[in-house]
Amino acid sequence: MQAIIRIENLSKSYADGFQALKNIDLDVFPGEIFALLGPNGAGKTTLINIVCGIVNPGSGRITVDGHDVVRDFRHTRSMIGLVPQELSTDMFETVWSTVSFSRGLFGYRASPQHIERLLRSLSLWDKKDNKIMTLSGGMKRRVLIAKALAHEPRILFLDEPTAGVDVELRKDMWKIVRDLRESGVTIILTTHYIEEAEQMADRVGVINHGEIIRVQEKHELMRELGRKQLVLHLHEPLARVPASLESFELELAASGARLVYTYETRAARTGITALLTELSEAGIRFHDVDTNESSLEEIFVGLVRQEASPDGRTGAGPTQ
Amino acid sequence: MRLNYHAISAIYRFEMARMRRTLFQSIATPVISTSLYFIVFGSAIGSRIAEIDGVSYGSFIVPGLIMLMLLTESISNASFGIHMPRFTGTIFELLSAPVSFVEVVTGYVGAAATKSMILGAIILATASLFVDISIAHPFWMLLFLVLISVSFSLFGFILGIWADGWEKLQIVPALIITPLAFLGGSFYSISMLPPTWQTVTLFNPVVYLISGFRWSFYENADVSVALSLSMTCIFLFICLVVVWWIFRTGYKLRT
Ligand SMILES: Nc1ncnc2c1ncn2[C@@H]1O[C@H](COP(=O)(O)OP(=O)(O)OP(=O)(O)O)[C@@H](O)[C@H]1O
Ligand SMILES: [Mg+2]
Repeated sequence: MQAIIRIENLSKSYADGFQALKNIDLDVFPGEIFALLGPNGAGKTTLINIVCGIVNPGSGRITVDGHDVVRDFRHTRSMIGLVPQELSTDMFETVWSTVSFSRGLFGYRASPQHIERLLRSLSLWDKKDNKIMTLSGGMKRRVLIAKALAHEPRILFLDEPTAGVDVELRKDMWKIVRDLRESGVTIILTTHYIEEAEQMADRVGVINHGEIIRVQEKHELMRELGRKQLVLHLHEPLARVPASLESFELELAASGARLVYTYETRAARTGITALLTELSEAGIRFHDVDTNESSLEEIFVGLVRQEASPDGRTGAGPTQ
Repeated sequence: MRLNYHAISAIYRFEMARMRRTLFQSIATPVISTSLYFIVFGSAIGSRIAEIDGVSYGSFIVPGLIMLMLLTESISNASFGIHMPRFTGTIFELLSAPVSFVEVVTGYVGAAATKSMILGAIILATASLFVDISIAHPFWMLLFLVLISVSFSLFGFILGIWADGWEKLQIVPALIITPLAFLGGSFYSISMLPPTWQTVTLFNPVVYLISGFRWSFYENADVSVALSLSMTCIFLFICLVVVWWIFRTGYKLRT
């Protein structure tokens, strides 16, 4: 399939010399929901802002629908809607006028029907004549979504759509995104949360320190990221893992006082029951049990390390 | 290049709506201050000043007064208009929109200049309640009005992008433009000054604007009309180049 957004070898350094993006290559395909997952300062906003024209690109090339975003900015920008991370809106405008303004700014003839449909679908219709400053934070975010959709873009960027949003609204947001996808809009969103990437995305790009570490189908990535560790605190330290337990690929920690089992939460069988049976048969007793879930930070460490090691065997599992 | 006319109209209407929200203060301020000038300069002091080049002092100061308002209002409106989105962060939308500097400048500067011209007309109407006004060359009067409103709105637009805070935004009109307008012959003829000061004054660009504008009313000028017109056009051209450069490089707009 032809990519709708193609980013080739993009690098960006800010004026202070900080390199925010390093040789990014990324393709986004029409109609998909693509999540950029990464911790604070990873470069997600920088990447989005360059595609949208808010930040000057450094080196590299970006095309949208086959058109260069710098040379053919009129074509590419009119296809794109952006909901920024910050809630910046005109406080004194009404919802209706600010959304209509956006449509005009992006070069489209006024269409009260479209705006009405939009505001209704975002549950903003009864607020249409309210000044924006009288709205709650969640409503302001919806106003920003309405503004981004006012010109019927084919591509929508959502920069942390659920930051500071309560559970209820977060669910709403997920529904809005899915509905948009149904209507054929390509969506790129950024998030800190694996759960969110999992709920919404078709594909996930993991970004850290300005580099795209991994781009994968969501299900594949989740399988890898969904690892957990079972840590058994032993009564008697072991010198080595008994041969009968070899198939579990156990590791010894804390000078043999702990036995660590890594398993996949999403696998059909986690193997925990079998392990415990084998352990009691081998006469290994323990007095406490911990489980560790990989935090996002650990996953990044794991993924980066995996990229770095030539045989890629280190895996994305948690580290002790 | 196909221009995005919908964007120009959206920006223009947005700016005009912002001005409408402050309609009362936009109109009341110039009307009151014009009246004050006439009471102080026209009636109290002016009655003791002989005619200047055959025009009564009260009438003589009308073009200068309009010019003073035009300069300060154009600058403050345009600078405020573009500084506000930078301050609130809503500028992201402008930067991500399919518009070039042509649309942005036409929208913002067009709106600021429109407002200045409306104010100019209001001041003229207020002044006519106090003194006799004749306009010898209405076409040239209008031309100067438009050119100067546009130029100084452009200048204000540049100021609004350059300034990092509200303070700088206030300082330029108050500390540079107002003094230049006062010293540039708003309220007197350059020929009334001692010869050395006349020479010094010719370095003040506002002199040319006021002189040309006053000529369109009373046909008396401190410098030749052609020179006035050229100076106005040069200033306009310089501002255009600076704005073009700002958008080309993203100066203070794009990081
Ligand atoms: N204008 C700027 N000048 C200098 N450095 C900047 C600028 N904007 C961002 N940075 C730096 O670039 C890096 C990436 O920032 P960016 O905003 O893209 O991260 P992010 O992934 O969106 O983070 P977050 O999840 O916190 O929003 C950060 O280290 C940030 O400090
Ligand atoms: Mg960000």
